Amino acid sequence: MTPGSAAAPTRQLSLGKALNAGLRQAMLDDPSVVLMGEDIGALGGVFRVTEGLLDEFGEQRVFNSPLAESAIVGTAIGLALRGYRPVCEIQFDGFVYPAFDQIVSQLAKMRARSGGRLTVPVTIRIPVGGGIGAVEHHSESNEAYFCHTAGLRVVACASPADAHTMIQEAVACDDPVIFYEPKRRYWDTADVVVGSPPADGLALDQARIARHGSDVTVIAWGPTVRTALDAATVAEQEGKSLEVIDLRSLSPLDLPTLTGSAARTGRAVVVQEAPTFTSLGSEIAASITEQCFDVLEAPVARVGGYNIPYPPARAEEQYLPDIDRVLDAVDRVLAH
Amino acid sequence: MSAHVVHDVLHGPAQVPVAGQAPQQYLRMDGTLNPACDLELAVTPQLARSLYREMVLARRLDQEAYHLQRQGELGLWLSCRGQEAAQVGSARALRESDWIFPAYREHAVALVRGVAPAELLAQWRGCCHGGWDPARHRMHIYSLVLGTQTLHATGYAMGVRADAAGEVVLTYVGDGATSQGDVSEALNWAAVTRSPVVFFCQNNQWAISTRVGTQTATPLHQRAAGFGLDTVYVDGNDVLAVHAATTMIAERVRAGGVPGFVEALTYRMAGHSTSDDPTRYRSSEETEYWERRDPLTRLRRFLDNNGWSDPAWLSELDGEAEQLAADVRAACLALPEPRLEDVFAATLVRESAALATERAAFTAYQDSFL
Repeated sequence: MTPGSAAAPTRQLSLGKALNAGLRQAMLDDPSVVLMGEDIGALGGVFRVTEGLLDEFGEQRVFNSPLAESAIVGTAIGLALRGYRPVCEIQFDGFVYPAFDQIVSQLAKMRARSGGRLTVPVTIRIPVGGGIGAVEHHSESNEAYFCHTAGLRVVACASPADAHTMIQEAVACDDPVIFYEPKRRYWDTADVVVGSPPADGLALDQARIARHGSDVTVIAWGPTVRTALDAATVAEQEGKSLEVIDLRSLSPLDLPTLTGSAARTGRAVVVQEAPTFTSLGSEIAASITEQCFDVLEAPVARVGGYNIPYPPARAEEQYLPDIDRVLDAVDRVLAH
Repeated sequence: MSAHVVHDVLHGPAQVPVAGQAPQQYLRMDGTLNPACDLELAVTPQLARSLYREMVLARRLDQEAYHLQRQGELGLWLSCRGQEAAQVGSARALRESDWIFPAYREHAVALVRGVAPAELLAQWRGCCHGGWDPARHRMHIYSLVLGTQTLHATGYAMGVRADAAGEVVLTYVGDGATSQGDVSEALNWAAVTRSPVVFFCQNNQWAISTRVGTQTATPLHQRAAGFGLDTVYVDGNDVLAVHAATTMIAERVRAGGVPGFVEALTYRMAGHSTSDDPTRYRSSEETEYWERRDPLTRLRRFLDNNGWSDPAWLSELDGEAEQLAADVRAACLALPEPRLEDVFAATLVRESAALATERAAFTAYQDSFL
């Protein structure tokens, strides 16, 4: 299919299905792409994101891994050094830690350690965040660890259309990519133009202004983008105009888009599921403050998880940022 | 807790769990053939002399690097003294097209693979993290986090198998590193995927100050056998036995057999690094015991016994070793200072706008002093 061709079919897809179609397109476009992870074969993964791909591409290109996350990433590095383009699935966010050394000390640094001689184009897909009533270790937002690591690109999709194109761009990227999938949004459904990413679309490291507004800039990523958009709809009824930015790229940050918006509105709120202490939201608040200090009307506010371990499922509604907490922060920055 | 010490003719003041099995040995200490050896090896004068030459050169390189560290020219050096037979014998058992994933002490392997002294020393002088082009030498850069490279080797071998390329991947791992989870995961995955990889374990009996008996209650080759690997236990100070054992395992792997594991019993003659003080944790009696089992001495006796070591050749080899030492020193002193701009450039394949901004700020700050 020609990128961006007018004939590209539009389909109603859930975010999970849009990822599935994106992975399929990536595999059609490049025979070096292989998928690996726990239960991704016949089962299609616990969230069914790889459903049908084993049947279509065979077990040489879609294979179940033994249950060892360090080995998933470590062998993916070896496959990448051999010329393959592995896409690893980590089953849940809280299961990535056994692979931490292979990601942070090996994958992220391999290019720099080799003086730029080695390229390791590995994509690590991680279902992220809470809101599905899960047991412990299945609801975490751990992006700060990876954003803090030079050599990695960290991205989060928030909509079916972006999920479809961003996964293809991540797989095609020559740098290693941590690809976060908002697990409570897997079933969100929207129109998706199926096929290769359009040539005139946003680059993988660019943020998107998801809704234009004039009073307050609300910055969100992954699962909190919808929360922020819903909050903007409510705020509009109250006569407040929110500009919502879907960050998309968590590292590197698209600071020009963030500071451009914050300079226009003079107020910014960052919304994330992760605890706010030493978080990506903290980095964004600091950067906006440094660059927009003269035009800001209020300190940048952060809305996020509390500095406690992720709570039991029946308490997660109190922990996760919701529309009311976003609007509360909006009111605080407007009160200045 | 004191270690249970059993003096054994082969193991020395022992800390190795004894399996009731002696390692395969081709040459006895006096350089004569061991009639109990099961290994097949066609020993020609050319093979024996070339192995001896590479061990002599490796030792001279190692000695010169050690001196350079003591003179402040290297930040750190990890000596491979005593392990030359294990390294040269195994590396020479491979084809040039085979891939090597080393740990960090495989200087003799690097020499066999044609890595230049400057490329090898640059990392230890603090000029870079990996000095040679892995593709050119078919040898990956060193891995300093223990055991991580065994997974890289396994993944690489999975790719070789998918490509039906006929190559063998060999990865070096020490006795201490076998305690890492990555190594067990690699052994298991390699066996499950039946990938063409050989794990070459240099059991040098010490992980800094920790004896191998503290690492494992089971002989390491037996552990590997439990994962389903094709294993051999070999006298790592006997270069001919190492060469024969590695060749045997590597060719069985190449022919489609299960992955291999070679445990080579050797000894780390120096400290773990130039910052280490081995006198704090091991006796001079133990070190002297292994000094008498030096791998170079043993092969030299074999060469002498066979009349394969004429004075002219030995003299030429001495000269070559001294020239190498001089080259090592000159190359070390001529290494260019690293530039932070190069680290910026090597961080991402495609530099991000954010990183470009930071790099520009760094450059402007530096230039402000001009």
